[in-house]
Amino acid sequence: MMIQKRHLWGLPGEAEGFNMNNLKSVIETRELTKTYQMGDVSVKVLRGVDLTIKSGEFVAIMGASGSGKSTLMNLIGCLDEPTSGDYFLDGKHVNLMGKNEYADIRNQKIGFVFQGFNLLPRTTALENVELPLMYDRKKRIREPKKASIAALEKVGLSNRMDHEPNQLSGGQQQRVAIARALVNQPAIILADEPTGNLDSLTSVDVMSVFQNLNNQGITVILVTHEPDIALYAKRIVEMRDGIITKDNLVENRRDAEMDLYNLVKESEEYEECYN
Amino acid sequence: MLQLKNLLKNAVKSISKNRMRSLLTSLGIIIGVSSVIVMVAIGQGSQKQIEDEIESLGTNMIIIMPGSSTSGAVRGGAGTLNRFTLNDVEKLEKEATMISDVSPTIRSGGQVIGGGENWSTTIYGVTEGYFAIRNFEIEYGEFFTERDVRANKKVALLGKTVADELFPNQDPTGEKIRIRNVPFTVIGVLKEKGQSSMGNDQDDVILAPSTTVLYRLKGGRYVDMILASAVTADLIDEAQNEISSILRKAHRLDEGEEDDFTIRNQAEISEMASSTTEILTLLLGSIAGVSLLVGGIGIMNIMLVSVTERTREIGLRLSVGARSIDVLAQFLTEAIVLSLSGGFIGIILSFGISILLDEFTMLSTLINTEIILISVLFSAAVGIFFGFYPARKAAALNPIDALRYE
Repeated sequence: MMIQKRHLWGLPGEAEGFNMNNLKSVIETRELTKTYQMGDVSVKVLRGVDLTIKSGEFVAIMGASGSGKSTLMNLIGCLDEPTSGDYFLDGKHVNLMGKNEYADIRNQKIGFVFQGFNLLPRTTALENVELPLMYDRKKRIREPKKASIAALEKVGLSNRMDHEPNQLSGGQQQRVAIARALVNQPAIILADEPTGNLDSLTSVDVMSVFQNLNNQGITVILVTHEPDIALYAKRIVEMRDGIITKDNLVENRRDAEMDLYNLVKESEEYEECYN
Repeated sequence: MLQLKNLLKNAVKSISKNRMRSLLTSLGIIIGVSSVIVMVAIGQGSQKQIEDEIESLGTNMIIIMPGSSTSGAVRGGAGTLNRFTLNDVEKLEKEATMISDVSPTIRSGGQVIGGGENWSTTIYGVTEGYFAIRNFEIEYGEFFTERDVRANKKVALLGKTVADELFPNQDPTGEKIRIRNVPFTVIGVLKEKGQSSMGNDQDDVILAPSTTVLYRLKGGRYVDMILASAVTADLIDEAQNEISSILRKAHRLDEGEEDDFTIRNQAEISEMASSTTEILTLLLGSIAGVSLLVGGIGIMNIMLVSVTERTREIGLRLSVGARSIDVLAQFLTEAIVLSLSGGFIGIILSFGISILLDEFTMLSTLINTEIILISVLFSAAVGIFFGFYPARKAAALNPIDALRYE
């Protein structure tokens, strides 16, 4: 069994066997389960998740706490191993890999954006963005500095490159974190509650960055429990008790830039009223 | 693993982020390294001092002493059998090829009168070779010569102490003195030699030709001791063997019969003294080494704190693709940079301290490159040893837990 699976790995043809459409699937999970052992009790957190995400999608994974969405995100982000099931990332069967290969996959294929930004303190924005390239063993990106500047330009922060995190606002810090997720040209950007620490205006601002990137063809997976934030995605996957309960396309998708424009205008009017 | 350049850059950066803390942490290593170096420098400095002192007694010196007497089964102590004569000295002078100088020593004590003063001192009857063997130098006048010895001339060289007692503040050359009522002419004064390592005044002496002392002052025909010097320091052992065989022949000793003399050399004496100071150096160094150990524990402590503090950073690094070994290398490098830079500062500090010690205390210090090299290596080893556990702890972190760490 093991040998067979190892054989599968690295053969994109096999992975494509799961493909139903012409569009290339970036993520395919089959009967993915995860069980945590807590002393004598084993807790089934994921109970068979089948999820296919294609290139260029913008998916929001929603669910209450305990629904298993964080665990699913950890598995998708190759931070953790599934108990059973198969996971194909960008055509690669990524189960049954060693710790080091997981690290390399994270480096090459995945860009993380966290709720708490997780920027290195007392380190400039540019150096923060360069961080993943430091661990780029394959030297895929020839000029780390150039690539980092380009990533910062993409999130509209090219004029703040030499600022340290404490000199940046929350929204700007999250932009730096997004640039860091972009810099190694990953197959997916995985954002875990990226607006959790931000006020509503800044949240919309950050969502506009994600929408912008998605418009440029980058696959974005967003884990959130805020329904109005999920509406900026193209597709919402809802989870409950370790399985996917709903998987729908967003009908009235919101445009973050538009919302931002309105919000700013509103607050200006609000200020005008009182001044 | 990350490139060394990046590792060092990272390490220097995170160390300089916590300047005060890093300095205090390195302080343990700084004090440890500098005290090891200074202590060893003091030990080696005093060793050198003692060696120099012994060398000042004479280079390549070989001391030949008369042996013990045996009457029946009762054996006397050293010197109870005085069987050296001037003949023995002459034979050595003529036959030995590996000695450059040889001189008898005939000791005589007595009251010396001169310059209106008197002084009790020791008179040594020696030949002209003695000056070279004992490294004597002249302050005023000149040494006596072979001709003076052969002619039993009543000439004397005064040690500095004797000269000062009898003829203070003047050059006594040409003055008359009386040693035990025998008139002598002062032909010179010896340069000051100071105290010997045994504590006696080497300048409280009068040197006179061996023949004069033997025939005019002491009477008899025996020589107390013979001094010789080997041609070079390497040849001391061969020279000793040669002297031994010449003396055995002169004394008509049969094979299997015990020597009636003993031969010692300067090297043996200085070896004894050095081994004492070597033990001292080792002792001082190891006491100081304990403080280096304590410094290492300080580094381990601060690295453990740092790993806990930076758990989220570690989680982040892991999530963007750092392997465990990258994290391990990062923290290990930090510990090594911390301890090595402490080591370098310690070396610089130890130079300062030893200069101050030389300048303002009686201690003399000697820093050699060996101990510097050792302390650099040792402080690197301290970094590796005490940095490894915290670094491994960091590397073993699970990225999910590390990212969620509050």
